[in-house]
Amino acid sequence: MADQRKPDPSGKGVPARKPAPARKAAPPAKGKAVAPRPSAGEVAAPAPEGYTSLIEPRGAVSEFLAPVGGFGVTLSNMFRPTVTEQYPSEKVPAKPRYHGRHQLNRYADGLEKCIGCELCAWACPADAIYVEGADNTPDNQRSPGERYGSVYQINYLRCIFCGLCIEACPTRALTMTNEYELAGPTRAGMIWEKEDLLAPLRAGMLQAPHPMVEGTTDTDYYRGEVTGSTPAQVAWVTEHRPDDPTLPGGAGLEAANVPGPTAAVMAATVAGATKQGTR
Amino acid sequence: MTILSSGPTTSLVPAAPVAAAAPAGETVTFTVDGIETEVPKGTLVIRAAEQLGIQIPRFCDHPLLAPAGACRQCLVEVWAPGRDGALAKMPKPQASCTLEATPGMQVKTQHTSAEADKAQHGVMELLLINHPLDCPVCDKGGECPLQNQAMSNGRASTRFVDVKRTFPKPIAISTQILLDRERCILCQRCTRFSEEIAGDVFIDLQKRGANQQIGTFDTSVLGFVGEAPLGAAAEDTSGRPFASYFSGNTVQICPVGALTSAAYRFRSRPFDLVSTPGIAEHDSQGSAIRIDHRRGVVLRRLAGEDPTVNQEWITDKDRFAFTWQTAPDRITTPLVRNADGELEPASWVEALDVAAAGLRAAQQPDDPRETATGAAVLPGGRLTLEDAYAYGKFARVALGTNDVDGRARPLSAEEETFLGHHVAGRTLDVTFADLDRAPAVLLVGLEAEEEAGIAFLRLRDSVISRKLRVLSVAPLASRGLERLSGTLLTAAPGTEAEVLDGIGTDPSLRETAELLGTEGAVVLVGERLAGVPGGFSAAVRLAQRTGARLAWVPRRVGERSAVEAGLLPSLLPGGRPVADSAARVDLAVTWGVEHLPAEPGRSTTEILAAARAGLLGGLVVGGLELADLPDPAIAREALDRVPFLVSLEVRHSEVTDRADVVLPVAPPTEKSGTFVTWEGRPRPFPQALTSHAMADHRVLDRLADALGVELGLQSLASVHAELDQLGGWDGARVGAPDVTAPEPPAVPDGSAVLATWHQLLDAGRLQSGEQFLAGTAKRPVARISAGTAAAVGVQDGGSLSVSTDAGTLTLPAVLTDMPDHVVWLPTNAAGAGVRDALHADAGAVVRLAAGPRDLEARA
Repeated sequence: MADQRKPDPSGKGVPARKPAPARKAAPPAKGKAVAPRPSAGEVAAPAPEGYTSLIEPRGAVSEFLAPVGGFGVTLSNMFRPTVTEQYPSEKVPAKPRYHGRHQLNRYADGLEKCIGCELCAWACPADAIYVEGADNTPDNQRSPGERYGSVYQINYLRCIFCGLCIEACPTRALTMTNEYELAGPTRAGMIWEKEDLLAPLRAGMLQAPHPMVEGTTDTDYYRGEVTGSTPAQVAWVTEHRPDDPTLPGGAGLEAANVPGPTAAVMAATVAGATKQGTR
Repeated sequence: MTILSSGPTTSLVPAAPVAAAAPAGETVTFTVDGIETEVPKGTLVIRAAEQLGIQIPRFCDHPLLAPAGACRQCLVEVWAPGRDGALAKMPKPQASCTLEATPGMQVKTQHTSAEADKAQHGVMELLLINHPLDCPVCDKGGECPLQNQAMSNGRASTRFVDVKRTFPKPIAISTQILLDRERCILCQRCTRFSEEIAGDVFIDLQKRGANQQIGTFDTSVLGFVGEAPLGAAAEDTSGRPFASYFSGNTVQICPVGALTSAAYRFRSRPFDLVSTPGIAEHDSQGSAIRIDHRRGVVLRRLAGEDPTVNQEWITDKDRFAFTWQTAPDRITTPLVRNADGELEPASWVEALDVAAAGLRAAQQPDDPRETATGAAVLPGGRLTLEDAYAYGKFARVALGTNDVDGRARPLSAEEETFLGHHVAGRTLDVTFADLDRAPAVLLVGLEAEEEAGIAFLRLRDSVISRKLRVLSVAPLASRGLERLSGTLLTAAPGTEAEVLDGIGTDPSLRETAELLGTEGAVVLVGERLAGVPGGFSAAVRLAQRTGARLAWVPRRVGERSAVEAGLLPSLLPGGRPVADSAARVDLAVTWGVEHLPAEPGRSTTEILAAARAGLLGGLVVGGLELADLPDPAIAREALDRVPFLVSLEVRHSEVTDRADVVLPVAPPTEKSGTFVTWEGRPRPFPQALTSHAMADHRVLDRLADALGVELGLQSLASVHAELDQLGGWDGARVGAPDVTAPEPPAVPDGSAVLATWHQLLDAGRLQSGEQFLAGTAKRPVARISAGTAAAVGVQDGGSLSVSTDAGTLTLPAVLTDMPDHVVWLPTNAAGAGVRDALHADAGAVVRLAAGPRDLEARA
């Protein structure tokens, strides 16, 4: 028997290229020890079986109401509690662990926690963070220890809020707030600088720079053994910056906690957008 | 790069051939982790494992330092055949960095031996007990062997619960080097470097047990009073014992962050730096460096690795002095002097047009009676080969003159003859490798440590390991010469030629003559010999007489490329003499010009004298400091007088203050090019920073274009193509210099002959803006002999006034063992520039007097 794939010499046979109709693979020819090799490719692919739906067929009533059945969904939702958030008219707080914009924290006496180590920048998969470190000097002690972050930028056009930076931070200086309203019309306005990111001063904190609490090391700060500013620190700030608002009898925290320029512009943008969107 | 790939017969400065592999000596076969390997006898196990790709953790081990076995991190399990031939296990793990491989030895590293692995973990745990958790703020964090190997070969968590030993945070060893003792793991790399390599011990191990620490020779730490530990060492500018010119290397080899540099401290982390290889621009040694930069700002430079040149060491100047390239006085746009006499920014097109018009007017003045005609070129001594070549071609083709001289220092016609005869075109004649092999090296007019730092280290290495004898013809034995265990052949300034001629004839110098007569002996002459009439002639005669090989070691990076590129009034590229018509034709064909100027040009001194006399119409000046010239006052007058002055500069200088047109050029980090070492070795380097600044050759090409001449040097590739096409010169060379040394001048009472040389760290322009480095410079002092001091009435430490008709310098006197009636001053120390203040140089007669009392009281 001749090879079945060969075209019929008479030219009357089925053309080889035409998709074969549903047919079983040819059974082995009788009297042959080895079955003919099933030909590869689509040509010889088994035909797909016909489609059968797994959904049970409707009853007659259902079939009758089917054209208006969709309204039932709407109707039933009218009696359920509403989930629509009236953003921005009503702003619902995010979940506590929501990854919002970053914040650079302070110790209880007002010194910055950031030591400028750049580990956040290293961890960042989006290359959104840029840090430069510098020396703390007796005249300019901004964080406990020897080093502080002199430049700190987060580019919110790049940030993907993955949180790897806050995991990398060795001093818990960088954390994420629940603040999510980050919008602005310019690229430059999306790059937050250190003064924009620094956490607001709280009661008992003194605006940095000022010396560390006397007799402590950076480890003591890290362990939380510093619970507030001391009279010596107050005296130092009084001597060097008599007008500092965070001094006792100063203008107060309200005056000290002025948002940074970029943050202020973004806050204004967001406030404007909120106003525009509010009904 | 074509210049490297072309053969020695075609290129102007051919690359060094690849060194042949050393012949195999006796070998040892042993196994590491079951892999059999054959290594030369005496190979350390850790090194053999490295070659097999097996990493053994280590801290104290360094290939260029002697084995110490200090950190114990590289412990391995070792089985070795005993006396009976049976393989026996050594009872305890062995430090593989001090263990030489022996035949049949079986070494099991942490990869195959649980015992070795446990031992290494234990050592790591011990090392980390007192190591602070500084990693986030430590400069080494991210590139720290301790950090890395604690991760790869240490425990994941600490078991140590007690209080760590702490020390006060960094102590300043010098203004540049800071030491955090609590980070130190006592590997002794730094102390071994300063003992074995640099030879200036400035730190050492102190105290015992848990209190053991690295420290300076501070009596309060050491607990003893008296005896200064540094012997004859100078003091640095802060008055402490002088540390070292090579101290920056300890920062680089420190395997933890214990040693850090003040300049780089907390500036960045390794992972945000981009590294570009480079070549140091500070001296003619051509050290390989690594330039680390971030966002277009160079933050630090490290030593690159090049076994043929600087091994892994560089001088502190090469490492720390880079801020000059970004100094605030950097010129960013072309400047043209306006009608009011003020320099004001201009476009390139305008500036080049003004410059071209001025130079054209200088060449062909409208008024035929004008005496100030012709233009000359003073390119300065810091050029790459490409830039030097462009200056030479610009002068000869565009200005049609041989008035071009790259020497911005004391010079002589004899030196020019010597350079043409012996230096130009003879690249890689004497190399660093020859210094390693030489049995004796004679230094003439060269203070190796101050003027050739890497050559100093190579010489010192040979002195220690191969018993090299170093001899020096100088007025006094410097601390550098003492560290080379060198022999001083005392010569008062100006009498060096006499001493050189005495070698071989004078019976008292017979030993020197014998040493120089041995195979492989080398004579290194410095650029300062130009100030000694007959000096170079005597050196050439000495080399012929003894068979020693002669090499010229200039100080600046561009000196050798200037000689090779023909930046001398009587020399064309490749050592072609201007006077030789065949050489001129050869060059004219390559340059595609009808003819080249046939008359030899004028030297720097002559050009400046002509300008001062009103006989020069225009001057093109490259990176040149007037204070470096033999007489800065004459140079200032000359530049004030010259009708038209074009300056190609990186920063504002005394030249740009006087220039009519200032064209900004790129500093080395912002261009690529090729420096040439004193050996004649091309050292190509890539551009590190992105920049719009143009290299000198591009600016000159455009300037020539504005003059209507096509130089064809607009790109590095075109310069290289031309250098390759030009090639070397096999025709006649300039004859040997033969100048008879004159009688030394008579020294009247109360006077002395001035001896002077540059110290490595001084008031140089390329060191500006780096105050930490400046603090490590030697304190400027005047050195005189006890006899001279007694005659003048000055005591040791008292102030001494040295004066000429031009001015007076007052410095603290230090009594030194040196000839009477000689006074030594540093050439360009901060606030005490000899040339600027005295208008004098080595060999001049100066007046001595006791200085004012107040300085004495301060000293």
